[in-house]
Amino acid sequence: MGGGDCCFLPHGPARSQRAIASLRCLLQLTLLVGIVLVTTACGARQAGDQIVLAGSTSVEPFAELLAEHYMAEHPEAPTINVQGGGSTAGIEAAISHTADIGMSSRQLKEAEKALGLEVQVIAYDAIAVVVHPENPVDALTTEQVRAIFAGEIRNWREVGGENRPITVVTREEGSGTRGAFQELVMGESRITPLALRQDSNGAVRVIVSTDRAAIGYMSLGIVSNVVKPLALDGIVPSARAAVEGQYRLVRPFLFVWLGQLRPAAKAFVDYVLSPPAQAILAGEGLIPAVGG
Amino acid sequence: MKEKLIEAVLLGLALTAILSLFVITAFILQAGLPLLISYGPWRFLTGLTWAPTEGEFGILPMLVGSLWVTVGALLFGVPLGLAVAIFAAEYAPSWAAVAMRPAIQLLAGIPSVIYGFIGLKILVPLIRDNLGGPGLSVLAGSLVLAVMILPNVIAISEDAIRAVPQTYRDGALALGATHWQTIWRVVLPAARSGIVAAIVLSMGRAVGETMAVIMLVGNSLRLPISPLDPATTLTSNIGLEMGYASGAHRQALFATGIVLFVLIMALNSLASLFRRRPASA
Amino acid sequence: MRRLWRLNPRTVDRLVGGLIWAAAVSTLLILLFVIVYVSANGFPRLSWGFLTGKPQNMGRAGGIWPMIVSTAAISAMAVLIATPVGVATAIYLTEYTRESLLTRAIRFGTEALAGIPSIIFGLFGFVFFVVYLGLGWSLLSGALTLSLMILPTIVRTSEEAILTVPRAYREVSFSLGASRWQMVTTVVLPGALPGITTGVVLGLGRTVSETAAVILTAGSALHLPRSIFAPGRTMAVHFYILAREGLSDNMAWATGAVLLLSILLINVVINRALVALVRRRAVR
Repeated sequence: MGGGDCCFLPHGPARSQRAIASLRCLLQLTLLVGIVLVTTACGARQAGDQIVLAGSTSVEPFAELLAEHYMAEHPEAPTINVQGGGSTAGIEAAISHTADIGMSSRQLKEAEKALGLEVQVIAYDAIAVVVHPENPVDALTTEQVRAIFAGEIRNWREVGGENRPITVVTREEGSGTRGAFQELVMGESRITPLALRQDSNGAVRVIVSTDRAAIGYMSLGIVSNVVKPLALDGIVPSARAAVEGQYRLVRPFLFVWLGQLRPAAKAFVDYVLSPPAQAILAGEGLIPAVGG
Repeated sequence: MKEKLIEAVLLGLALTAILSLFVITAFILQAGLPLLISYGPWRFLTGLTWAPTEGEFGILPMLVGSLWVTVGALLFGVPLGLAVAIFAAEYAPSWAAVAMRPAIQLLAGIPSVIYGFIGLKILVPLIRDNLGGPGLSVLAGSLVLAVMILPNVIAISEDAIRAVPQTYRDGALALGATHWQTIWRVVLPAARSGIVAAIVLSMGRAVGETMAVIMLVGNSLRLPISPLDPATTLTSNIGLEMGYASGAHRQALFATGIVLFVLIMALNSLASLFRRRPASA
Repeated sequence: MRRLWRLNPRTVDRLVGGLIWAAAVSTLLILLFVIVYVSANGFPRLSWGFLTGKPQNMGRAGGIWPMIVSTAAISAMAVLIATPVGVATAIYLTEYTRESLLTRAIRFGTEALAGIPSIIFGLFGFVFFVVYLGLGWSLLSGALTLSLMILPTIVRTSEEAILTVPRAYREVSFSLGASRWQMVTTVVLPGALPGITTGVVLGLGRTVSETAAVILTAGSALHLPRSIFAPGRTMAVHFYILAREGLSDNMAWATGAVLLLSILLINVVINRALVALVRRRAVR
């Protein structure tokens, strides 16, 4: 607790001296805190020795993985801090320079583009529609998926499954994955208000992996054996099917920044686009942005 | 001279609390009020559809969700908490009363996310398999919140019960009343205002809890009807979407924050009103 | 009630007594269950390497050292900021002024702060510290936000502690020619120290277990923070993310066990302070 230790002294014969000492300590701390506040309020924010990435929770695990490799290979490089928060928050953080690089799992909106953000596609990602592994349904058409998420089909029986009401799991508004799903699958239809909303791919996976009646969608790179990806219009989702253009549910993973990147951040972006890093992403089930 | 300076410094520091309350209010208002006004407060409060990307911000489902979850938590938490408070103040042998305090304190100290995750692992599958529905539901949220408000209910009502003068009890017992009759007819009525304060404060706590609720209620946007339905609360919606929101959407979340803020302020004022009343009311 | 069920009051008395004992026992059982459940799931995975290692693969493997550091730093800073302000407020309210509009306003402010849900503190901390003051997601933003959150606890407990110091002590001090400030430092504070400590420790516990306000202000970066301007992930936030995103239940419970252990330790500290307080009163 550093200088605060004085507050925790036991009381004894020399109580009053200690109280005075502790008071002096309190006053000094107040002063210190005041100084810190004033300097920071004056805008003397020390960017410090770090690079901050923030944004899409879909991109986060991959960026974190690359950061781990990068920092292991370049011990002299500054710490790379990767945060979630969501695509929109990431783009905003890049605009406000709260983060060096924003991560987005959707294309920029017109208003965002107008600000002159630099955009770099780091990979493409397929979105898989997933169900519980014990669900007998293996394949759906895009139209069936749309009808299920719109709340028009409400029982698995209607699509050849068990007699069980469907639990629809979706992402929250603002999620890049949801944005892409809305655009590519739902079109003009609205996702049913009955749907459970979860704020990350992982949270969707937790629910779908524990509820036999659940259906959700998530980044293909995050699909693991606890959930079953469905074939869509007869095509099993895979990076390969996505590269070849058969699987349509694909969206880009973006790095965005405003103005000039600092050299250290630029070096990391260059690393992410290098063949070894792209190979790591491919190994994780993503579609490389370069080379491929 | 030195004394004056010290007094001024102390006063300055003492004003921090009001000052920060003021700044908090100002910033939340500044961030949420524009939307609340342009969208219309009534439409905001009574709208059934929350579709931020389409510019629809109706929070009625969340208001109802918060209400349901809170009422549920009180339904389970208050009787149990009150019973424990009566136990500690009236029944417990002194060693037990002494042992209860730290236990209750510990119950209050356990992080809400831990309660939430235990609920998710144990209660949710139990509800899904035995009662139906997706398991993530008003009921799951209520049960876990009930445990979380217990310490509050117990501590405040225990204080209220202990504050009832011993002469009241002696009088009733001398008239031949049983222990329970004394408590039910004399002690509890005398401690009523404190107990009501405990309930109202616990309501505030239940309405305000976020993380555990996000994990348990499922966050669906339809008006919840049965306790087995999933729901969204005011807090869970903020927690869920805050990271992803921008523009009008973010303003709408801050506007939800304003509604929550007003609600909590009202509840707390109500509680302090009851607390201030003398125990003999 | 008697008319309704036609039960002998003595029978009712015994019945209700049983129910009330049952309520107390079940409450203790809930507590015990939580502790045993978390320990049983978490302790087998605890190891020295877990406590001192850094997380790998988003926390699916490795340790939680950066989270321990972030938690300690944020909590310590929050307490260091809130304690002087809180104690000063309490001293001002009790020793320097009578009940007036001003003190009522201060009390109202404190009480109102106490009731505000943590998510609102989080929203505020985000717009004010993170964005407006430009502190970014950082340990400092998190600590400043939390310090506001625990300020009421510290004010309230300090005030109560100060009020337990008998009037007569103060009068003696004055009659010996002490100034008010001398009286406060030599008489009031030493007497109130155990009570103040309790408040500080209570606040400390709250900062350790808080999630909503911290995640919005200190962020959730996985790495060891190198300065107070760096973002960090506290243990509670780490637990939440591991649990919620299904990254690793095992790691979540192990983190939960460490979290629970910290809370237990902090609570033991509170109890010792309380006992000390009681003993002091008894001596008088």
